[in-house]
Order: sequence, then C-alpha cells, then structure tokens
Amino acid sequence: MMSMSLEEIYAKLTDILREIFDDDSLAARPDLTADQVAGWDSFAHLRLMFKAEQTFKITFAASQISALRDVGQLADLIQSKVTA
Amino acid sequence: MSTELYRDVAWLPPVPGDFRQQCRKLATPGAFDVRALRRLAGYALDESKLRILAGVLEAARAAGNSLAPLSPFRLGVVSNGNVEPIVPALVATAVRYGIALECCAAGFGQTVQEAMSPQSTINAARPDAVLLALDYRVLPLSPAPADGERARAAVAEALALIATLRDGFRTHAHAISLVQTLAPPVESMFGSFDRRLEGSMRSVVAAFNAAVADSLSASNDVLFDVASLAETVGLADWHSPKQWHLAKLPFDAKLVPLYAEHVCRIIAALLGKARRCLVLDLDNTIWGGAIGDDGLEGIVIGQGDATGEAYLEMQRSALELRSRGIVLAVSSKNEDAIARSAFASHPEMLLQEDHIAVFQANWGDKAANIAAIAAELSLGLDAMVFVDDNPAERMFVRETLPEVAVPELPDDPALYARTLAAAGYFEALAFTEEDRRRPEFYRSNTRRAAFELQARDLTEFLASLDMEISFRPFDAMGRSRIAQLINKSNQFNLTTRRYTEQEIAALELDPHAFTLQVRLRDRFGDNGMIGIVICRERSPEEWDIDTWLMSCRVLGRGVERMVLREILHHARAGGVRRVIGRYVPTQRNELVREHYPTLGFTFADSDGLGATTWIIQTDADIEAAPMALDRSAFERGTAERA
Repeated sequence: MMSMSLEEIYAKLTDILREIFDDDSLAARPDLTADQVAGWDSFAHLRLMFKAEQTFKITFAASQISALRDVGQLADLIQSKVTA
Repeated sequence: MSTELYRDVAWLPPVPGDFRQQCRKLATPGAFDVRALRRLAGYALDESKLRILAGVLEAARAAGNSLAPLSPFRLGVVSNGNVEPIVPALVATAVRYGIALECCAAGFGQTVQEAMSPQSTINAARPDAVLLALDYRVLPLSPAPADGERARAAVAEALALIATLRDGFRTHAHAISLVQTLAPPVESMFGSFDRRLEGSMRSVVAAFNAAVADSLSASNDVLFDVASLAETVGLADWHSPKQWHLAKLPFDAKLVPLYAEHVCRIIAALLGKARRCLVLDLDNTIWGGAIGDDGLEGIVIGQGDATGEAYLEMQRSALELRSRGIVLAVSSKNEDAIARSAFASHPEMLLQEDHIAVFQANWGDKAANIAAIAAELSLGLDAMVFVDDNPAERMFVRETLPEVAVPELPDDPALYARTLAAAGYFEALAFTEEDRRRPEFYRSNTRRAAFELQARDLTEFLASLDMEISFRPFDAMGRSRIAQLINKSNQFNLTTRRYTEQEIAALELDPHAFTLQVRLRDRFGDNGMIGIVICRERSPEEWDIDTWLMSCRVLGRGVERMVLREILHHARAGGVRRVIGRYVPTQRNELVREHYPTLGFTFADSDGLGATTWIIQTDADIEAAPMALDRSAFERGTAERA
C-alpha cells in the first residue's frame, strides 16, 4: 500500500465503526469521540483498534491505542502508518 | 495464503454485502426465522459479524421464539484469560452446526471456585459440558532449566488442577469437560536446545500436553487440541503479547472465528452431528480437465506433474477419509461409462470404483443426485459433504439443499485437499473397528440394492442373504460402539435418548435393566453392531423399552421382528407379562412412527404432542424372519451365574 488519502481512511473507518457498533447511522468524523457512541466501552475500543489493524494492515503499540482522544487522531495515526 | 485459509475460515462462502441488513430484518419482532439464521451462520463471518449474529439469536431467545430444530446445548466456559470475545463467537458458530448454544462463562481465573462450589455460576447453570479454556499461563513455572524435578512438579501441579476442575464439574454439574492442550509460547530460552532440555518452557508444555491427553483415556471428557490448532496457524500469529497485555486475550482476536469453529465441531460430534459421506465431483476436482472432452489420455493426474500431483493429493485424502469410516460417492455430469473408464483404466488413479459406494454420473442436476445418494445410503442430507471445483454447482447445491456442506475451493488445486481438511466436516471423538470397516458395509449395500431388484419376492430374497443375527447383553467390549450408536442414531430411534459411556457402563451391572447389542452377518459380510435395546423393569410384571434403535442399513429384512422375539423371550424367562414401547417423535424419526403397531403392539396412550405408548403381552407370537439366531452370549452368562 503506497499511500492512502484521508478521505479513503475516513470511508474505511466509517465501515468499521458501523460494523463494530452495528449502527448504520455512524460516520467517521474527526471530532467523533467514544462517549458519543452507544457501546463504545474499553473493550469495544480494543475490538475497533484490532479491526483497524487488520483492515489497514498496520499495527498499533499498546501506548498508541490508549492515547487516542478522537477519531481525528486515529485517522492521522493510520495515515502516518500506511504511508510510512 | 494458508494463514488466510484458516484465519478467514475461507472454506465457508463469502459474506453477502447486506449481511447486517439481513440480521436486522431477522431481529425485528415477528420476523425471526431459524432457517434464515442458520443460513447467515454459514458464511465466513469474522469476529464482529459473529457477535452481531449472536445478538440476533439472543434477542430471539429473549423474545420467546422457538429455536427448534436447533439442538439445545449448554456450555460452561472457564479461562485464565478474558473470554468476552469468545462467548458470542461460540453462540453464533454453533448455529452453523445446528446447535442452539447457551454459554455461561467465568473468566479471569475463576476456575477452581467455579468447579468446586455446587452453587457457582457455572455449576448452577447445569451445563452439558464445560470448556476449560486454559493456556500455558496456568503452568506454575518459573524457568527451571535442567531442573527435572521442578519441571515434573510443575506439570504434575497443572495436571492436578485440570483433574480438580474436571472432577468438580462432573460431580456438581454432571458435565463433561472439554480439555485444551496448551499452545507453546513462541519465545525460546536457548533455541533448538530447548526441545532437549528438561525444564524449558517448550519441554514442560510438551510434557503437559502428552500427559493431559493420556489422562482423558478412562473418561468421557474430550480433548480440544489447541496446541495443534495454534501450530497450524503459526504460534507467532496465535500469541499476541499486546492483546494479552491490553485485554488478557489468550490468543489473537482475529483467530476467534477459527477457535469457535473448532469448539463447535467437537460439540457437534458429541451430539452426533458430524458428517459421514463425501460426494466428489470428477472433472477438475479429482483430476485435471474434462474427461468427456479431453479423453482418458487427456486428463491430468499422476506423478511427475505438479498439477497432476495436486489432484493425486485430493484422491489420497479421500481415501484416507474412507479408511477412517467416511463413505465416498461420486456426482458428476458425465456419461456413466466414460466417467467410470478413468477409474477402471487410468494407471495413475488412486481411487477405484470399489471405493465409491454410489456412483452418479449423468446429466441430472447435482442436488437431485446428492439427494439420491443420501437416500441410497440411508443418510440424512446433513451427513453429506459435496466437493466441486465449479462455483455455480456449489451455489446451486447450497441453495437447493442447505443441509449439505459445500466448501469453497481456492483456484489452485494444490490447496483442495488442505481446504477440505481445514473445513473439519468429519470431526470424530473416537475411532472404532466398525468405523474402519463401515465403507465396506456400504459397498456391500450398493451391490445389494442392485441385487434386490432382481429378487423375485422378498422372502426368497431375504433367505438368499444367509443372515445370522446375534444378541449379547451390553459389555465392556461393545461399550464405545454402543455409546456411538446411542449418541448419533436419529432415524430408526424410537425415543432418541442419549447416554454417556459412563451411563452405559452402569447399565451393564444394573439388575433392573435388560440390554441387547444386536449384530448381523450376511453373505456380503459382517454388518457389525446394527441395533441397541435397553429395557427397564417397571414392575416385576412389566418392562419398559427405554431405548430401541437400529441402523438403517438393515431396514426391510425382518430384523425388528427378531429383536422383538428376543426381548419377549428374555421377558418371559424373567416372569414378565407385558412390555411397554414408546415412540417420541423428533425431526428425524418419522421412519419409526408406526414401528410398534406394525409389530403387533396395541395402542395404550398418547400425550397429545405426538408421543405414543404401546403395549404387548409377552406371550404374543411374532413371526420369525429367515435368519439364523445366535444368543450364545446369554447362555454362557446364565451358565456362569448358575
């Protein structure tokens, strides 16, 4: 994977969010946070991160997983890894 | 490539794009449909889709929907890690195997308490089985290189823990245990030397795995060989240090669907749901090319060519399955004579016509042919696996006969055999002499079907079979086969009561039970054990037929009459006046609805739900069928007692 635009990353993140939380009204936005989504607890957060690792074929360190504050930071982190 | 095969459970058909929409539709009130649920469970679902499907099932259950015809099964799960992601995956995967699973889990090391306390969450739930999902972290092991004594003590301590858990669940919940082997950790101490060094983690895990497998041999508890599963996908992929540290996941979450598949296969085997017949397509499935087009010389099969060897491998695995009791059949769109010519005349073919119980080469549709094969073999459609390289045929069969398992095949024939093996359709918990010989029985039966058409009348035909029926009470020698029949016979089974091997052993000594194992020989060979009867003494004058089941292979030969004569003979000898028979209907035993009235029993009672009770006087005269009778085992027993 050479590089990926932020738009593509957000599109894929939207798919992931909808599947993890089984909710088609969800859309990945930079300011989306866990407390805005029903069921986004700490374990769901890990499932989301593992799913993102599989989808984007990247890996996160444990410290990166727990440091994320919103979907914007997640998208930026993914972009830094897929283009690295 | 092979990692993806296992991780993505790639033998299952790909998930349709509207999977979640279909789930949501099923979850709307009034729209629940078990068949639709089962179809959705058949796709290659990942962890989050399994969770969604489990949610649909749980909602249906909570709303009071019936989950029939799924077989109910209650599973306890204990673990030294986090079982949260495993439970929904098990519930959803079980549906794929026709099982309505209720899971009751205790994670994070709540193991000994759960087993020992009669009131624990798991014991109170009265599970049928408990999965001991323990990993290598249960070993009380600090590095003990070259310290054999400490290493052995660590293994002994871990084994004692397992024994305590098994005992506890057996005593308090009457549950069997599914005991896991340990996936060895990846990290080595010295390198290759670890294998030789007593006390290295690798050696200790190997010693534990060997000992734990051994410790199960005298029990009904079942082994789940996680070590070999983890080695198959690769230990480095199995163990995720990060996921352990973050969430105490005992293995990588992306392997949860595969793990759940393997657990559910074992449960399915316990419930007698393993498949029994492999139906093979021919062209481009067991040889390269189309024999009708390419001719006998044109097909690709045999040594010296990579593609030819790949197809040989597929044939070899079919033969291996046959050697362990799986019946082989062929369904091919071909001219019969041309298709058979490859078997008869191609020098490189491993499979021979003799190996194939039913050979259907014609231009009819494959679903009709597979149904005909199942009928010919007296097997249910849910016992069949169909392998075909052609995706259109696969889809047609899946849609027409959803009960038949049809694996996806990769493009490369080199992976056909591995894909079939990975799908695990034929999981078995034991292997008996009769399993080994079963394909022979079926071969005799195929010849017999042709023979039957020529026989002028039935009595003459039956007499021409030179049958000899023999009766023995239950004994240790027959025990594991008896357990197998009791737990998997569905069609000719009057009450479909399942008993564990332990309960069967207890019957051998029960003075208030009369038991029969029935064997039948004929001119084509030994059919092995083909019938089981358990009678219970209801009063000194009355016996109750608790269990009567028979193999459908011997239908239409008068065996039932001979069995009834035998029951009445022993009943009379014991001063019994009446024998009571009961028919309890299931999805699968319509065949024997009229069993008792046909034999001359009179109607006694009905419960309004289809179950009926029948009665016969022990002095009733039942016509014998044309076969020799051997009850010497009983006579020897009487002589010994006297």
